[in-house]
Amino acid sequence: MILKKFAARGLVVLTALAVLAMTGCAPAKPAEPTKVYIPLISKGFQHQFWQAVKVGAEKAAAEFSVEITFEGPENETMVDKQIDMLSAALAKKPSALGFAALDSQAAIPLLKKAQEAKIPVIAFDSGVDSDIPVTTASTDNAVAAAGAADAMGKLLGGKGEVALVVHDQTSASGTLRRDGFVNQMTSAFPDIKIVDIQYGGGDHLKSTEITKALLQAHPKLAGIFGSNEGGAIGIVNGVKEAGKEGKVVIIGFDSGKAQTDAIRSGLMSGAITQNPVGIGYETVKAAVAALKGETLPKTIDTGFYYYDKTNIDNPEIAAVLYE
Amino acid sequence: MNTVIKNLFSAKARQKVLAFASLVLMIVIFAVLSPNFFQMDNLISIMLSTAVTGVLGIAVTFVIITGGIDLAIGTLMTLTAVMAGVFIGYWNLPIWLGVLAAMATGAVAGTISGVLVAKLKLPPFIATMGIMMIAKGLSLVISGAKPIYFTKYEGYNSISNGSFIDFSFLVPGLIIPNAVVIFFGVGIVSSIILNKTVLGRYTFGLGSNEEAVRLSGVNVDRWKVAIYALAGAIVGIAGILISSRLNSAQPALGQGYELDAIAAAVIGGVSLSGGEGTILGTIIGAFIMSVLINGLRILSVPQEWQTVVSGLIVIFAVYMDILRRRK
Repeated sequence: MILKKFAARGLVVLTALAVLAMTGCAPAKPAEPTKVYIPLISKGFQHQFWQAVKVGAEKAAAEFSVEITFEGPENETMVDKQIDMLSAALAKKPSALGFAALDSQAAIPLLKKAQEAKIPVIAFDSGVDSDIPVTTASTDNAVAAAGAADAMGKLLGGKGEVALVVHDQTSASGTLRRDGFVNQMTSAFPDIKIVDIQYGGGDHLKSTEITKALLQAHPKLAGIFGSNEGGAIGIVNGVKEAGKEGKVVIIGFDSGKAQTDAIRSGLMSGAITQNPVGIGYETVKAAVAALKGETLPKTIDTGFYYYDKTNIDNPEIAAVLYE
Repeated sequence: MNTVIKNLFSAKARQKVLAFASLVLMIVIFAVLSPNFFQMDNLISIMLSTAVTGVLGIAVTFVIITGGIDLAIGTLMTLTAVMAGVFIGYWNLPIWLGVLAAMATGAVAGTISGVLVAKLKLPPFIATMGIMMIAKGLSLVISGAKPIYFTKYEGYNSISNGSFIDFSFLVPGLIIPNAVVIFFGVGIVSSIILNKTVLGRYTFGLGSNEEAVRLSGVNVDRWKVAIYALAGAIVGIAGILISSRLNSAQPALGQGYELDAIAAAVIGGVSLSGGEGTILGTIIGAFIMSVLINGLRILSVPQEWQTVVSGLIVIFAVYMDILRRRK
C-alpha cells in the first residue's frame, strides 16, 4: 500500500523531473527574440546520412551565428509524425524553415501557414512538390547516378551484362537514380546490356538475397549498381556469399562504414557520394540569404563525388563520407 | 455524494486522477518554460496529433482488457485507409461508402484475429503479429506501393482537418478539428459499450477469469471474436482519420503505431494482464504521450532525449501497474 502510494506520486514527480532535466539538456533556448532561429525538419534522423546533413547545418549555423534545430521522424514512412514536427516548429515562431518533405501533399496546409506568416521555406534533399519553398538544396540524383554508370562502363571496358539493385520504385530518389543510371549506360555504352532491375527497399538482407538470385540467374553478370547504402552493402554481402568476389564490378551509392570498408578492401570498385554535409550547409545558408531578402536560384545542386580506393582519403571526399 | 467521494479515492479512480494530474502538471511546466507552448494553435495541433493514436489506443484497450494484445492495429489502420482510397479514389464511390469500407475492412480483419485467437487457440501476440504482416503486405499490393491521393475529393480532407465546431468567436483560434471531435465521440461511445453493455461486461469477464465466464454457460469464443471485430472497426476509424489528415492513404506507414497505442493504454492504467482499464484512462495516456513529445519539441530538446523520456514514462507507468497487482 505504501509502495503503491509512493509509485503513484512518483509518476507525477518523475514526469516533472524528466521535463526539467531534459530542458537542462537543451542546447539553447530559441526563445531569445533577437537571434535568428531556423528549424530543419528532415525526412529522417537516425540514419548516418541525416546526421551528416545535420553536421553541415550546424556548421553553417555557427558561421552565420543563427540558431538551428534538426528533427526528423524515425523512419521515412511516418508522414504524420513529420507533420506534427512541422507544426511544433511553426509554433516556435521561427525566422525561416528548412524542410525535406516525406509527402508534399500532406504538408501543404502548414507550408501555406508558413508562407502567410512570411517565414521563408527552404526545401532540402528531395524537396517539396510545391512553389512555396524559395529554393531547393539537393543532389541531382539523375546526374549523380549517371556518374555511377560512367564509372562502371569504364571499369567494364564498355561491354558486359549489368544489373541494378534499386532501393525504391516509388520515391523520386529511387526512380531518378535508376533512370539516370540506365539512360547514361544505354547512351554512352551501347555494348553493355542491362539484364535486370530489382528493388530491395534499401534493406541489407533483402538486397543480399536479391543479389544472390541475380548471380544465379545471370552467370555472366559483370557489374551491379546499388542505388543506396543498404542496396550496395547487400550487393557486397550477396557477392561474398555466392563466392564471386572479384568477378563482379560493384558500384554503390552514399557511404557508411560497411561500404567504405568494402571499397578499401577492393570488394567494391567505388561509389557515388552525395554531399550531405553540403545539403545541410546550403540549406541554412540559403535561409540566411532569404532572410536578407536576396534572390535565390530555384534549385541549388549540392553536387556529388565519385570515390574509390585511390581518393577515399582525400580531404574533400573524407569530409562528406560518414561512417 | 458519499459514493462519489468514495469512488474518487478508490485505488482505480486515484490512478486515473493521478494520470490526469500528471498531464495537467506537464502542461503547466511546459507553459512556464516556453511562451510558445500554451498557444491555441499549438494546443490544437497537440489534439490533432493525439487523435489517431488515441483512437488506436481505444481499439487496443478492448483487446487488452480481455487479456489479449493486438499488434495488428498499426498496419491494419493503413490497410483500412488504403481500402477507403480504393473505394473513393479508384472506384469513385461516395465518401460515406469509403468510410464504411474502411470500418468493414477493419472489422473483417478483427474477426479473423478473433477466430485465430478464440477458435484456433493461437496466442494473441502471434495471431495478431501474423495479421500485422498480412495487412502490411496487402496495403502495398492493393495500392501498388504508391500513396492514393484524395486531393480530388474535397470533402475527404475535411473529415479530419475541417471543423464544424468553431468557438473562435469566444476564444480566438479555438477551432476544434473534426478529427478531435470524432476521437472524443469514439471515446464516449466506446466507454458506453465497455461499461453499459453485455459486450463490455464480458470484455472484463474474459480478462479477469475466462474459465468462470465459460463455466457460467457463456459462449466465450463468440464474444471474444466480437471484441476483436469491434477493435478492428475502431481501427478503421483511425484509418479514415489519418488518411483524411494526410489527404492520402500512405501504404508504407503504420508499423510502430501499435506500440504508441499500447503505450497510451498502459500509461492510462489498462492492465496488460487483463480485466482492468478504462477508455478515459487510455485517452489521458494518449494525451500524456503527445503533450510530452510536443512540449519537448517546443523546448528544442534534442530528439534523442525525447525518445529517452518517452521510454521512462512508459516503464514507470507499467511499474505502477505491477505494484497495483501485488495488492
